[in-house]
Amino acid sequence: MTGAQALIKSLEMEGVEVIFGIPGGAILPAYDPLLDSPIRHILVRHEQGAAHAADGYAQATGRVGVCMATSGPGATNLMTGIASAFMDSVPVVAITGQVPTTSVGNDAFQEADVTGVSMPITKHNYLVTSAQDIPAVVMEAFHIASTGRPGPVLVDLPKDVLQSQMTWYWPDSVDLPGYRPVYKGNARQIREAVKLMLSSRRPVIYAGGGCIKSGASEEVRRLAELLGAPVVTTLMARGLIPDDHPLCLGMPGMHGTYAAVTSMQRSDLLIALGTRFDDRVTGKLSAFAPGAKVIHVDIDPAEIGKNRAADVPIVGDVKTVLKDLLPLLDREIQARGKPDLRPWLAQIREWQARYPLRYEQDPSGPIKPQFFIEKLFQATKGDAIYVAGVGQHQMWASQYIRFKRPRSWVNSGGLGAMGFGLPAAMGAKVGRPDEMVILIDGDGSFQMTAQELATCRLEGIPVKAFIINNGHLGMVRQWQELFYEERYSAVHLTFDCPDYVKLAEAYGCVGLRCETPDEVEGVIEKALNIEDLPVVVDVRVDPWEKVFPMVPAGASNDDIILGPSRREREGKEEAA
Amino acid sequence: MRHTISVLVENKPRVLARVSGLFARRGFNIESLAVGTTERREISRMTIVVDVESKPLEQVTKQLNKLINVIKVQELEPGASVERELLLVKVKAEPGRRAEIMELVDIFRGKVVDVGRETLIVEATGDPEKLEALVDLLRPYGIKELVRTGRVALARGSKWQPERAERATRGAA
Repeated sequence: MTGAQALIKSLEMEGVEVIFGIPGGAILPAYDPLLDSPIRHILVRHEQGAAHAADGYAQATGRVGVCMATSGPGATNLMTGIASAFMDSVPVVAITGQVPTTSVGNDAFQEADVTGVSMPITKHNYLVTSAQDIPAVVMEAFHIASTGRPGPVLVDLPKDVLQSQMTWYWPDSVDLPGYRPVYKGNARQIREAVKLMLSSRRPVIYAGGGCIKSGASEEVRRLAELLGAPVVTTLMARGLIPDDHPLCLGMPGMHGTYAAVTSMQRSDLLIALGTRFDDRVTGKLSAFAPGAKVIHVDIDPAEIGKNRAADVPIVGDVKTVLKDLLPLLDREIQARGKPDLRPWLAQIREWQARYPLRYEQDPSGPIKPQFFIEKLFQATKGDAIYVAGVGQHQMWASQYIRFKRPRSWVNSGGLGAMGFGLPAAMGAKVGRPDEMVILIDGDGSFQMTAQELATCRLEGIPVKAFIINNGHLGMVRQWQELFYEERYSAVHLTFDCPDYVKLAEAYGCVGLRCETPDEVEGVIEKALNIEDLPVVVDVRVDPWEKVFPMVPAGASNDDIILGPSRREREGKEEAA
Repeated sequence: MRHTISVLVENKPRVLARVSGLFARRGFNIESLAVGTTERREISRMTIVVDVESKPLEQVTKQLNKLINVIKVQELEPGASVERELLLVKVKAEPGRRAEIMELVDIFRGKVVDVGRETLIVEATGDPEKLEALVDLLRPYGIKELVRTGRVALARGSKWQPERAERATRGAA
């Protein structure tokens, strides 16, 4: 068979059900056998959409997402999506065409050094030089993408390799002498961790995206309940344990809840699980949780001690480690009891009561974005997959959606790639067609990949896109207001260019709009009841609303800004 | 502080780019890098010398170890390893001074490998300090061209130091 046939057959062997992609010259040979394959190909409108869709698919399902593009510009257009998947440790396999091996390095038409370009943003990549290698490479690519700390793997296939003949085989297993991820934690360190947990008076479980990937939702919850310790769920871990669980404090970090941020600051023990002490969580590193010892469990040894020294480092998979740890902890508690955490929890309850997330909706004023998202949550009750773009709306969504389940929140956390939302929502809906998929996007973010409405319409992917339209690059505007003396530079997009309702209609989707608070519930109900078509809702919100709480970049988490009260702001406006 | 890292890698295309790219991305300047085959054809050894503090170095060795084509990373302790480098140097040598230079080279157990009308090419191996000394002594005669291979090194003894390798790659687990 040809290399191209072997490629498609290998993807079938890996259980691939869908590929997001766009054909072009160099990848053409691979598109022919696709016609005879049970694999569904979804023709996107821009390769960035293909990569984000594969990411959204993978985040929502836990399976490997696959995207495909041609050489040169096709492949370079994938890069933002691949970089986002890399930063968020999402298993994605990207297949790219390449100019024929005889032309590689000659600046041929549509040639780019794609393995070179993608080297720092992939977990691994391949330039395949012989059709005979294709099955082994595909198997390795899927193995590497989905095991250990997951991540994107790119397979670059020159056109002549796809066209040449090979003898089909399917390897029994991969042969990767340099790749042996460690899943099981060191027993001695696990005992140390238990000891530390039982001597702590102010523990906080700091749970990150690795817990979701590991499928450790149940184990983290049991750990929290066994110890009686509060849990913060990072942006990548929202939904790991339900937000209405009494021990869940919500999101930590730059726009985290006061209780989450401050409990970490005052903690005497951080139990860090599948998380990497990102700057958006720690704020100024030297001032982060100064009194806390650290237990750090992560499958990636390079994350341990990278930003914060660990007193008990455990290299391993969170779920596997906790499965070993929980019985030990249970036995110790039975035998010796556990510290009384009631004063600590009482302190946290007080913070929660005194400094809840808040906003004020004036019934006759403009729609507050938080109000809209809260109403959207109330209408969907957490029984949906929520996807966000990047910006203020993403933070508000993470704050105001009360997540119930893992893998019900999809976003671009590490890279913060605007334009992620619509294609990722598309991917999530394809992967989990029985779930309602709600996109909460910003007007700026949405415009970066709005062309995928065509894909959603034609491929029958009925996502519901709510554009929190403040007519601005809102987060940038917020920073200019707070840190650049209200000198607004290049942030005004306008509310009505484009007209999002007409735009939706032009793509054959349903377009709706709401402009006042009393229209909110009606428009949500209408949007949720449309089942067969993609819906775009233009939600005109107060452009001056800011995301709070906020820890300014580079500041200590102790300097968290709760936000001006409404009265203070009005006073300021009067003064001005 | 100067560190010598020995890296066993799969002998595959781009592996040098992966390794050197990783150092560059994390802001490390490679002082020398030597790559060659090992006793096994499918495996190459890179000997990398970098001048950094231990803490950032630990991060780089961990990142190195994450590269799929990297099989093993080992930091070599100067006392517990043998380090060698090869030097070729073309020295100005009028016929009258040849004997003088050859005598000098002899002391360093070097060899004259090419004799030209007005130059000699000297070959010498040794640890970097010894080569440095030889170059210093040759300099007054006039060095026309010089090339060094960069260090290669092996740990002393019958096997390598697993506990140190482990520390460098695994963290404390």
